[in-house]
Amino acid sequence: MLEFRKDLFADERDDNLHVIGKGEQRQDMLGHVTGRTRFFDDHGFDGLLHLKVVRSPHHHARIRSIDVSAAERAPGVKRVIRAQDVPVNRNTLLSLIGFGKDDEPTLAVDKVRYKGEPIVAVIADSEPEAMAAAKLVRVSYDPLPTVFDVQEALKPGAVVVNETYPGNYFEYHDKYDHQKLRFGDVEAAFRTADHVIEERYQMSPIEHASTETNGTIAAPETNDRYVVHSCAQGLFFSLGTTAKILALESNRLHFIGGTVGGGFGGKVDSLTEPLAVLGAILTGRPVRYVLGREEEMQFGSPRGAERHVIKDGVMRDGRIVARQITSYFDAGAYTRLTSYGVVKCVAHMPGPYTIPNVRGDAYCVFTNRVPATAMRGFGVTGVDFSIEVQMDKLAHLVGIDPMEFRILNAYRDGDMKAHRRVAHNTALIECVQVAAQKSNWALSETARRASSLSGGGGPRAAIPPTVTDESGRIGRPETRQAPPQLTPGAAAPLPAYQAPPAVPVHQPPHQPVPPLPNYPSQPAGAAPLPPVPTPPVPAPPAPPQHGAARFSSVFTRRR
Amino acid sequence: MTRHQGRGMASINYPIGMNLGGDPSQALVHANPDGKFTVALSAIDLGQGMKQVSRQIAAETLGVPIEDVYVDTADSDTGPHDMGSFASRGTHRVGNAVIVAAKEARGVLLEAAAEELEVNADDLVTDGKGNIHVRGAASKSITVKAASQAAQFKQGKTISGRGIFLIPLSNVNPETGEMSPVTAYAHACLVVDLEVCDETGDVKVNKMTSAYELGRALNPRMVEQQLVGGAWMGMSHALYETPEPYYPNPEHGGRDYNEYLLPGPGDIAPHDIAVLERPAPDGPFGGKGPGEMCANPVLPAVANAIFNAIGVRIDTLPITPEKILRALKAQGGARPQVRRA
Repeated sequence: MLEFRKDLFADERDDNLHVIGKGEQRQDMLGHVTGRTRFFDDHGFDGLLHLKVVRSPHHHARIRSIDVSAAERAPGVKRVIRAQDVPVNRNTLLSLIGFGKDDEPTLAVDKVRYKGEPIVAVIADSEPEAMAAAKLVRVSYDPLPTVFDVQEALKPGAVVVNETYPGNYFEYHDKYDHQKLRFGDVEAAFRTADHVIEERYQMSPIEHASTETNGTIAAPETNDRYVVHSCAQGLFFSLGTTAKILALESNRLHFIGGTVGGGFGGKVDSLTEPLAVLGAILTGRPVRYVLGREEEMQFGSPRGAERHVIKDGVMRDGRIVARQITSYFDAGAYTRLTSYGVVKCVAHMPGPYTIPNVRGDAYCVFTNRVPATAMRGFGVTGVDFSIEVQMDKLAHLVGIDPMEFRILNAYRDGDMKAHRRVAHNTALIECVQVAAQKSNWALSETARRASSLSGGGGPRAAIPPTVTDESGRIGRPETRQAPPQLTPGAAAPLPAYQAPPAVPVHQPPHQPVPPLPNYPSQPAGAAPLPPVPTPPVPAPPAPPQHGAARFSSVFTRRR
Repeated sequence: MTRHQGRGMASINYPIGMNLGGDPSQALVHANPDGKFTVALSAIDLGQGMKQVSRQIAAETLGVPIEDVYVDTADSDTGPHDMGSFASRGTHRVGNAVIVAAKEARGVLLEAAAEELEVNADDLVTDGKGNIHVRGAASKSITVKAASQAAQFKQGKTISGRGIFLIPLSNVNPETGEMSPVTAYAHACLVVDLEVCDETGDVKVNKMTSAYELGRALNPRMVEQQLVGGAWMGMSHALYETPEPYYPNPEHGGRDYNEYLLPGPGDIAPHDIAVLERPAPDGPFGGKGPGEMCANPVLPAVANAIFNAIGVRIDTLPITPEKILRALKAQGGARPQVRRA
């Protein structure tokens, strides 16, 4: 059942539109419901070869030797790909936006860091032959000690998972082992609060479980290019990743996709594209590399586990005066996207509430498990679970109805958020009111009258004097445990923050069309047409630098 | 054995688009000589409806019927660059790029029509049914088809447009975390009614009731599909799913849908939804994005409802029957909390 509350925010909308707001049927619906839509795996090629990888049976081990001779002689085998065959066998996904150090091989070299890590790829005439030959690859290992708990991994002397990050944490700003959020003074506020509670929350990994597993079909075209039928959630993101790993100019890859059988974040990592294209290059034939369901569930990257420890100071009247969140994101053995999710989590703290003192410390931690990736609600779902259970506990503690407690603390238009931007376009209070109404959950008159449009701003727009600290310097875990120190001058208010325009500079969609580039009216049959205005072509990326944007000084360490 | 009724709630907001920005999307729009439009993208349709929402945004902006627009995506040779379909960015980022491209194409279309009608293009409006006429004078009109044919074969104009939308990349302060994460937030509040069996630890979700604020529901039926399906995924995250049931112990992961637990058709709950629309100032027609956020309030609302039913807090996901039974044992039995409606 779906109803619209058109009465709310009506004066902010123009509802006289032709197509927008109409429940029109999708252009692709007929194909989907009749089973005729073509997904990546519906593209047939003559002479199609099949690729399977040999995966590590150990969570952490040194590779002593790899013997592929039996596999190469197996029936139907056309090619075995080893680590030394991969042109650029070290990458990190977000290098395309200049964030982080290359830390992950396409095929493992010297060492495996998680159970299921690919070591060798086998290409054969059929999938059964590829799988049979993969079993003939002999790899001998020296198993190494493992670490699976994020807080264990952060301890000095812990097993080093990923040598690119020897402390088992992603490095932020070339300075800290975590991302900080500092707003006000939580310690002082805890001292004045009527109640202080600290609770620990844990979200386990989650599999995306899309109907379609990850996969790619790559084939040589006749013009020294390769066509790639891809399941990627970001077509150019996967193209850029593949081009980098294979040391190809981006225009030698022709990616086709866009119709994907479910993703939820599980098709951002380019798990299959680079090896499928490399297989096509090395064999000169079309190559299909598709993960089986078991491979997808066990070794396809899942939503990573998150641990959040929340300490709150609350007054008897229900006002939350301080919130401190320490977050540990389990990246698994390689960075992939977890470093980014951590910053997104920090941006989300302390949830949709106006709290005058907030402190956040979020870590991206490496452990010996399958690398984690994005999933629906990345960086937010786990902390939302933790914050909202915490809110329920706080409401219970002070004896206030949980809905009323949300409305009391909700952010409103004009409030300053902990990341130092003014809130606008808020609607949390109205959502709580409508949900209460629909579920016959009684609210007080005060709660029913509250509004996101009023009561915010003023003193709630202020940036408080803020305590900063230098805890958690890279390579100095002892500074992480040390009590917070006031750095010289840090107790003084920060320089007044100049709020930017609410929305960054871009063309607002509702403004009238700007003057169009020259379209001179000209009489029919006029002589030579004026040159057609050429669309500005995006500046071609310099060869070593893939991708469009560069993350700025936040992410200074680049490769 | 007693089945204890419980009710819990949670409220959330959700950031729309890549955190910190820096994630451009482009769109190209062009007409064939009959005035039928193609929108070329490289955005990905994962089932969420990227093609259809782009199609409606293009039709609305162009001022033509929806059946006169098709969306072609994704081919890296013909579709311009786009970061991808993730971070709830599709509708917001791609939608804005489509608007920019469609406005430019519409501008040429109206120029062509103006030339045929011998009027000023500024005085022309579209009726959304395939006609262009002078504002206030419906009889002085030309079809989109005739205007497009004139543009192609007589005037030598290309009815096309190009669009990009980019939120500039934000810095992050290492010491304070000061940053500009996103420009638009969606909101939600959700109530869960469930029952917990104190003998088996089984949780049965009976109903979800919610309010979602999405800026604008560009296609209400697709919004409903997202919200209903997404909330079920949230329910599944709360009660069923993980490849590591004893995390951080990495063992016992499921290998297929028999071993990896998900709710079956008998486990899903009815969901009564209200949609609120507070347009985002920089959203396409105010639209935000319901994609990811619809699952988020369900997880804590389920946990809070379980507390309400039996008085135990399970702070580790998923909340399996085993965890419930262990917590009940430690507490010495169920302690139902105050009933709410």
